[in-house]
Amino acid sequence: MTQVACLKDTDVTDMECGLELGLSEDEYHRACEILGRTPNKVELGCFSAMWSEHCSYKSSRLHLRKLPSTGDRVIVGPGENAGVVDIGDGEGVCFKVESHNHPSFIEPYQGAATGVGGILRDVFTMGARPIAAGNLLRFGATNHKKTPHLLAGVVKGIGDYGNCFGVPTVYSDVQFHPSYNGNILVNAFALGIVKNNKIFKGVAQGVGNPIYYLGAKTGRDGIHGATMASDSFSENEEADRPTVQVGDPFKEKLLLETCLACFETDILVGIQDMGAAGLTSSSFEMASRTGAGIVLDLDRIPVREEGMTAYEKMLSESQERMLLVAKKGMENELEAICSRWGLDCVKVGVVADDGMVRLTSNGEQVAVMPARELADEAPQYDRPHNARPTADVDERITAIKRKKIEDVLHTLLQGLTLADRSWIYDQYDREVLIATLADGQKSPASVVQIPDSEKAISLCLVANDWLCSIDSYEGAVRTVGEAALRTVSTGAVPIGVSDCLNYGNPENPEVMHDFVQGVEGLAAACRALSIPVVSGNVSLYNETDQRSVHPTPTIAMVGLLSSSKKRTSGCLKEGDLIFRLGPRSDSLEGARILEQVSLENVRATLHPWDFQELRDLIKLMGTLTNLGFVRSAIPITAGGTAAACIQLCRMTGRGINIELLGPDVMTAFFAEDKPGILIAIPREKEDAFLGNCDKVLTEKLGVAGSDQLNIRHESATISYGVQDLIRFGETQVERLVARKESREAI
Amino acid sequence: MTVAVITFPGSNCDRDCVTVMNNVVGVAACRVWHGDTSLPAETRAVILPGGFSYGDYLRAGAMARLSPIMSAVHSFAQNGGPVLGICNGFQILCEVGLLPGALLPNRSGRFVCRHVRLKVGSAPKGLLAAFKPGEELTLPIAHGEGNYFADEATLGALEDEDKIAFTYIDADESGNAMVNGSRRSIAGLVGGPTHNVVGLMPHPERRSEERLGGIDGLPLMQALVGGGLS
Repeated sequence: MTQVACLKDTDVTDMECGLELGLSEDEYHRACEILGRTPNKVELGCFSAMWSEHCSYKSSRLHLRKLPSTGDRVIVGPGENAGVVDIGDGEGVCFKVESHNHPSFIEPYQGAATGVGGILRDVFTMGARPIAAGNLLRFGATNHKKTPHLLAGVVKGIGDYGNCFGVPTVYSDVQFHPSYNGNILVNAFALGIVKNNKIFKGVAQGVGNPIYYLGAKTGRDGIHGATMASDSFSENEEADRPTVQVGDPFKEKLLLETCLACFETDILVGIQDMGAAGLTSSSFEMASRTGAGIVLDLDRIPVREEGMTAYEKMLSESQERMLLVAKKGMENELEAICSRWGLDCVKVGVVADDGMVRLTSNGEQVAVMPARELADEAPQYDRPHNARPTADVDERITAIKRKKIEDVLHTLLQGLTLADRSWIYDQYDREVLIATLADGQKSPASVVQIPDSEKAISLCLVANDWLCSIDSYEGAVRTVGEAALRTVSTGAVPIGVSDCLNYGNPENPEVMHDFVQGVEGLAAACRALSIPVVSGNVSLYNETDQRSVHPTPTIAMVGLLSSSKKRTSGCLKEGDLIFRLGPRSDSLEGARILEQVSLENVRATLHPWDFQELRDLIKLMGTLTNLGFVRSAIPITAGGTAAACIQLCRMTGRGINIELLGPDVMTAFFAEDKPGILIAIPREKEDAFLGNCDKVLTEKLGVAGSDQLNIRHESATISYGVQDLIRFGETQVERLVARKESREAI
Repeated sequence: MTVAVITFPGSNCDRDCVTVMNNVVGVAACRVWHGDTSLPAETRAVILPGGFSYGDYLRAGAMARLSPIMSAVHSFAQNGGPVLGICNGFQILCEVGLLPGALLPNRSGRFVCRHVRLKVGSAPKGLLAAFKPGEELTLPIAHGEGNYFADEATLGALEDEDKIAFTYIDADESGNAMVNGSRRSIAGLVGGPTHNVVGLMPHPERRSEERLGGIDGLPLMQALVGGGLS
């Protein structure tokens, strides 16, 4: 048994215990200083959870301040459960993306499911009814032994939770790379609609107001999950399995309806989800935000196991639980709503005014701690960061140019980079709530109608980890750029971003450098495009046996369409003209097809995207979609112009004839180093279209035909039947997962 | 007149059905709580919506069968009142015995959300009178337990009595649905004294407006209140 496990709740701890719970020596000393005495076991547990990387952002906070978080539309910025951006008519969109990487690697089904549950709670805690969900997933190599099992489990976990809860999962981005072999990424996103004058926050206010516990009972699952999420993996991560929570989407649905019913009334003062670090983080944060105090009687916490200690109750991460502060005198109304939905709703404490969190158990006081010092004054670190050496030339470019164009294209079509994701999407209910106008399979970004309104929102999740592993700054810039191009391709205007920063061990100066560069890249791009970052999360220590994942800043971008009728339809008619908007890419640096030579990227300095060029392009797309000129639009990203052409054919079921110029065929087909969009416009609109393009370089590439994709370059021509293109893409994901099933059959 | 859409704990298509009846079909509809013991007096039709009543615990629809409102729904149906069970609602209709058979987990073991081609049965009447025999339509499905099962005798009787409302067009060599394994590719059934009870796994309410990709489901939603009962 470990040192901490031997102690009783009120036993005094020592430095050994602090180290065991993940605190540094300095942090332990600081904890003693704050209390003016040595913390007991319960108190040390609270310090450990609140000062974990996951809860305190102690390595990242200094840098996160660089992200722009203000703007005319911002109603709630970072720091709350989720951000809120104004969409007019007194309504806002409330959204956030969050990681659940560590639990999903240990137990993919429950880990992913509870990731979805957590992010949905973050959104409806604010008073918003969730209307859309999405995710971004990164798995290890396609031939790695764990990949099929992890993929199948994560997708089923996400699907089962969202489907039962009743929110459409409309966007999914899934890629594979060996850097994720020992540490997959599961980033879950949710978005809801809220009345701007009915936004709820996690605040404890009003001395004497009762504090209620609402939802599922507390068990021993997930104890110290936040601390685990702040640690690296070693090979025996299976031992961590008991720290993964178990989800119950049915309970969550009841919780949603109960909370929304409460929001309709005048009962609540504040509300907060018991997410990471459970009762500890919710109580400390609610008290800290207002400077109030909180007194909790832990004997009143509903439990599902006998004999739980105060320590366990405070640190459990059992799911589907909320902490509420109600108005005094409204207790009966609250209890009536909760009992209608059959949920436990128990008064567990009261708001005080001394800035302290006081816990009692078995009738005696077991902890007294200042809320603010634990919630907001965790030690902050400016960790050292050093650039990695960069290479001047990527030998792979020469190597790929020696290959035959037919072979490279064929390998691209056979691989997973562009493969059809139906096997994944089909497990997600994408149409519940009858508002989905386009999911991420049929559109560069999903489009969802806002209830009882002409308006619609777009959403997409983008992580350009391939580029970030080459140049973490420019990769982050282009991640924002790609998300913006996806957004405007649907006809929407970008209005806000949530970010999820997935990196390795911040104590490694090179990883820390990637992180700092990544934040600065995001900040520069969001500032240049005037898109505020309103919510987000940081996930560090994504490494196994000292091997870090690719730097992976995920961007979830939300766009607004003033009318859903302005949405780009995503069809193609024979005779439509195909143009590229934006400059022609002229270098294979950073091109995704280099993976065909080697999956190991070389650190380099990528050619920087020109923000003015990007802004002009975004503005032009806005003008064109407003005029109704755009039939289809697809950003030119991984796989270059050729890949965009393939996707256009697959999405519309129609062929195109394209002529590409450029110094060599490989560059003409596959370069992706400048911002560009492939668009289709009706032939009769050509003159009017060109009249609007004065600031943006455009190039006419060809015309929509019947059932063939033909791409010509002066040195080669390739041809595919559209039905073949569709068929090629269909089975890769299924075959990958089938490897698991055939092994299970043996 | 009112269409009563029953809300069980875990229903998640109840609001969608109310929206379609109110805004598209143009009749008043309201949600009725599962714990109530009677339907509103002016009820002209009942919808058991999709979702995961009671979290699908035990078996999809098995717990909802015991909800207080169900005996009122049962009598309403026995008296010829139009009842439409969609997805989880179909599962509940089978559990309460208003329709025969059961819905098992999909043959693939996976939830499936997809647009499927369907064929109307050979002699549509009652709630199905708006359809032509053998008419084809496309509706979305979204379910984990839609694999229709009944014994051979029941299946034979369903066929003989023209009670197979909809079948999936894509079938395997044994005649079972490719998409979920349903016997005889059954996607929906009709029953009740005057063919007034319809249960189906696909979601007609999700195909009742052009902006959502088509209106193949609208005739069924309209049939609930627009006569069509023979």
